[in-house]
Amino acid sequence: MEKIIEIKHLNKSFGAHEVLKDINFHVNKGEVVSIIGSSGSGKSTMLRCINLLEKPSGGEILYKGENILDESHNIYNYRTKLGMVFQQFNLFNNHNALSNCTVSQIKVLKRSQEEAEAVAMKYLKVVGMDQYINAMPRQLSGGQKQRVAIARALSMEPDVMLFDEPTSALDPEMVGEVLAVMKDLAKTGLTMLVVTHEMEFARDVSDRVVFMDKGVIAEEGPPEQIFNNPKEERTKEFLRRILD
Amino acid sequence: MSFEAVKVILINYWPMFVRGAGITLFISIIGTILGSIIGLGIGVVRTIPVPDKGPKKVILKIANGILAAYIEFFRGTPMMVQAMFIFYGVAGVFGVQLNRLMAAMFIVSINTGAYMAEIVRGGIVSIDSGQYEAAEALGMNHFQTMTNVMLPQVIRNILPATGNEFVVNIKDTSVLNVISVTELFFNTRSIAGTTFKFAEVYFITSIIYFIMTFTVTKILRSFERKLDGPKNYNIIGNQMQVERPEDIVRKDDDHWHGN
Repeated sequence: MEKIIEIKHLNKSFGAHEVLKDINFHVNKGEVVSIIGSSGSGKSTMLRCINLLEKPSGGEILYKGENILDESHNIYNYRTKLGMVFQQFNLFNNHNALSNCTVSQIKVLKRSQEEAEAVAMKYLKVVGMDQYINAMPRQLSGGQKQRVAIARALSMEPDVMLFDEPTSALDPEMVGEVLAVMKDLAKTGLTMLVVTHEMEFARDVSDRVVFMDKGVIAEEGPPEQIFNNPKEERTKEFLRRILD
Repeated sequence: MSFEAVKVILINYWPMFVRGAGITLFISIIGTILGSIIGLGIGVVRTIPVPDKGPKKVILKIANGILAAYIEFFRGTPMMVQAMFIFYGVAGVFGVQLNRLMAAMFIVSINTGAYMAEIVRGGIVSIDSGQYEAAEALGMNHFQTMTNVMLPQVIRNILPATGNEFVVNIKDTSVLNVISVTELFFNTRSIAGTTFKFAEVYFITSIIYFIMTFTVTKILRSFERKLDGPKNYNIIGNQMQVERPEDIVRKDDDHWHGN
């Protein structure tokens, strides 16, 4: 198994408040990993540390064996290898659906307009939004926005997709359409790291589940272990709370 | 004040009014455009994330300090004083004779720039930080993020404030008569001095100023509406409308880079 991302002794503090404490964790190529845990457990912060939207206070983040926290490492280039899907979608409000998916391809990857559009259309089809290419974000529903946001991230053809609670800001009836897209992506062998409150998704789709509590990884393992036979008391406690 | 006299003055002096109004409008337009460019540039520089350490931090600190001083100084002193200082003061010290019109445009531009810098900063801050983060996450650097994502939204949002600056400039160029720029107010004074019909002459001038500011306001308003674009979008039809996303995924499986 090739470790695509490896985190060693990661720490993150906001002022005196320690959000992440000595996190050790890795993602293998082609693996779907779900991160679960209650609000404030540090799971989103960990995800945001991975693509350096938050600057870690200490530790190492290795991408294909290279420490990306080294001063010399080109973080812009590194970020193109990671696709990020946000809770609040964050589609560019001044671009339509198609150009949301092409602008960074053209500006960052230096692809031609035609190439970028072809790639964007391919992924907009994957998420079922190819009919809405000239819609502006404000004209789309939450579920549609999130599907375009997924296509935007996929258009960069990243090695790993990071999902930061992608369905938490959606109306309940729109959660399904986004989860369906994510399930399909998982089947294609894409490496995915998903912070989620959707326990069904974590149980049915992921290869491995990580349970975080108070800034540490309390337990990790295959979904069967975490959901059916958790070892840690706090995992049991969390699941009891969330599943009832 | 008689309207008969107003008519006579218009017939005799309309070219001077028109020329003055033209110069006023010209200085205001150039000043507002250059000022906006200065403001946008400063906004981009002042929002560069400052690193924790290293030479880049020092350079940014110094740059920000200079820009802050510029903004505070030009916002905190009257444009009339700045005009006198730059045209007579600086020119006297260095022994250079500035072109009046160029000096006028320079003064209005840097003055507007100072105000616009604050307006732009407010515009950037008001945009949801998620926009910036999304661009960062896609690998864009600060400059790419600003030009492709932030500034287009900022410009739309600050358009009303920019229009306001434009209107203020049309009126405030009148202070440039202190450096003898032949704008509308300067010409008005000349006409009034020749005819001694103060009420009539300044009545005409106030109408001209009002027409200019009102027209500019209206034009900018319609420009704003145009920028907002249509309320609806078109569905792009294709032959595969019955295909579900899942089917496409399956079909595209072999193209998938992750495999």
